[in-house]
Amino acid sequence: MSTGYQIIVCGSVVPDPLQTLEPVAGTGLPALKNEMMLPAVLDPWASHALYEAAHLAQAKPGSKVWLVSLGPKAKLQQVMMTVAQKAPFELVAVDGPAGGFVDAHETAAALAGAIQAIAGLDRGRLLVFGGWESASRGAGATLQIVGERLGIVDQFQGVDQLTVADDGELEILERIEGGQHQVSRCVGPPALLGWATGHLPEPRNNPQIGMTNMRAIMPALQKARPAKVAAEGVVYHRVTLPRQQRETQVVKDRPAGEIAREIVDWIVQG
Amino acid sequence: MERLLVLAHTEGDGTLGRPALEALNAAAALGGDLTIGLVGEEAQAAANQAARSGAVRFLAAQGPEFAQPRYVTDAAAAEALCRAAQAQVVIAPGTARWARVLPGVSARLDGRVDTHVTAIAVEAGALAVTRWYYRQRMEAVLSRSRRPWFILVDAGVAAPWQGEAGAARVESVDAAIPEIRTTVSGVRAPRSGEQTIRPDADLLFVAGAGWTKKQADGQTHLPEAEKLIAGFLAATGASLGSSKSLVDLAGEGQAVLSFMTHLNQVGQTGSTPRHPKGLAACCHGEEPHVVGWRFINQRRAINLDPNCGWARGKADVVYVADAFEVIARVNALLEERKATSGS
Repeated sequence: MSTGYQIIVCGSVVPDPLQTLEPVAGTGLPALKNEMMLPAVLDPWASHALYEAAHLAQAKPGSKVWLVSLGPKAKLQQVMMTVAQKAPFELVAVDGPAGGFVDAHETAAALAGAIQAIAGLDRGRLLVFGGWESASRGAGATLQIVGERLGIVDQFQGVDQLTVADDGELEILERIEGGQHQVSRCVGPPALLGWATGHLPEPRNNPQIGMTNMRAIMPALQKARPAKVAAEGVVYHRVTLPRQQRETQVVKDRPAGEIAREIVDWIVQG
Repeated sequence: MERLLVLAHTEGDGTLGRPALEALNAAAALGGDLTIGLVGEEAQAAANQAARSGAVRFLAAQGPEFAQPRYVTDAAAAEALCRAAQAQVVIAPGTARWARVLPGVSARLDGRVDTHVTAIAVEAGALAVTRWYYRQRMEAVLSRSRRPWFILVDAGVAAPWQGEAGAARVESVDAAIPEIRTTVSGVRAPRSGEQTIRPDADLLFVAGAGWTKKQADGQTHLPEAEKLIAGFLAATGASLGSSKSLVDLAGEGQAVLSFMTHLNQVGQTGSTPRHPKGLAACCHGEEPHVVGWRFINQRRAINLDPNCGWARGKADVVYVADAFEVIARVNALLEERKATSGS
């Protein structure tokens, strides 16, 4: 009998952080200008969760990683071409909006439904991972709601480190105020971890892993079920870009000593 | 006005922390019947602290099991308090403890949640909150019809409630706690010690990747950069942030500033701390990086390129100069001041 973990990573696509983003009024919810045209990436914190999951699965034989992703099918396909080369996983795709203006509860309901539909899940081996916040809504709420829907009450957010002891106990470091980590010990799965950045660098692209993954990813995308996800009961009064442009005073051709004195005076001012 | 509940957890000494008092002030400003729900080992001191805030009820889930922040116990406590208060709107500080738990509690109560809220007001006759989207790149004002509505207020966006302590009558609320499988064994300071993002600091110092690049003599000067930055932090008590590129270099194992980790990262995929002042040195980049100091009130930068997107239009002052030289002189002046003042 296998003793490895079943690791479900929740994560979706977000616009490439280097793109210029501009809000527009949609038919229902606000949206981004040219949203479908913007290059997308896997959400940065969800990416860390995926790498941590793959690392853990490699260390614990018999483990398996699923990536459960809610997003427009075409965008998912585009992003998976890259992500698939990073780590071995099975994709569970849900076809729906991944923008920031949909509600965390509705996103969580769709994700939890997709997880519950995975055949052969064993709660005694189940770890649910994801980014602690997304780079779109940035709410830090979706995972907790997924956890509640799955009946998982050992939840951790802002996780930077997971260590599995010989007896299976999980030691988890969560970010808290003051640049510190809270250290918790959980007897074992089921548990939910919302990852911050962790400690692992982004894996190099591995074409072999990519080819293996893609064989299953394309069929998974084809059978992605549509999900009706919006923001029922929410009224967006306005969405605006910060317009604040400062009048920057450029100080040049001044000796370093003078600049230093001015900076010190500024620092010590009340 | 709707039934309001302010949820707060006690600090280690049993009192309410500044974020809780800020949330209390934001809620009290809305008017209406206010209940305060407290979670902690012992809640009387915290209730007394807020006794004259205008709250009509003080509820508490208290006991040793609530001393430590932990999902299973905190969620049970918050759920019990919300049910006892029959709250329509729940306002709480966006602390790590509540951010971990309250979205889940909102699901239990079939409510909705908004986190990282920066303002609460009445808009077109309805309660409305302001929050940022896409990592602080756009701001939205929204209302919700679903209740209970959980609102987590970011630290630093409201003034803390201030008032005389009094004697509050606390009603204890029982929370049904399932099996506890998690123990909290303590808090660990990161390797970088004091050199992290600390919300209580007056100054944020943002060190960019330029510190690790070749200087005018064609060589890198990492040990000198580390010494200068550490000296500056020691002299000013500043919080240390870093642009993403520098943190990424560290994550990839390249020889960079040894104390820099992801905890220092500000910007699109890092934090967006709030400090009265910010000084950036050797930072470069456009909008995604610049969001790292969006919430810094007074901003100055030391940069060799006056047109860099990090500084132009974003900083109040940009000094076009060599940061190594300037910071060395700043440190010397701060030392001089310290010696003169005898402190």
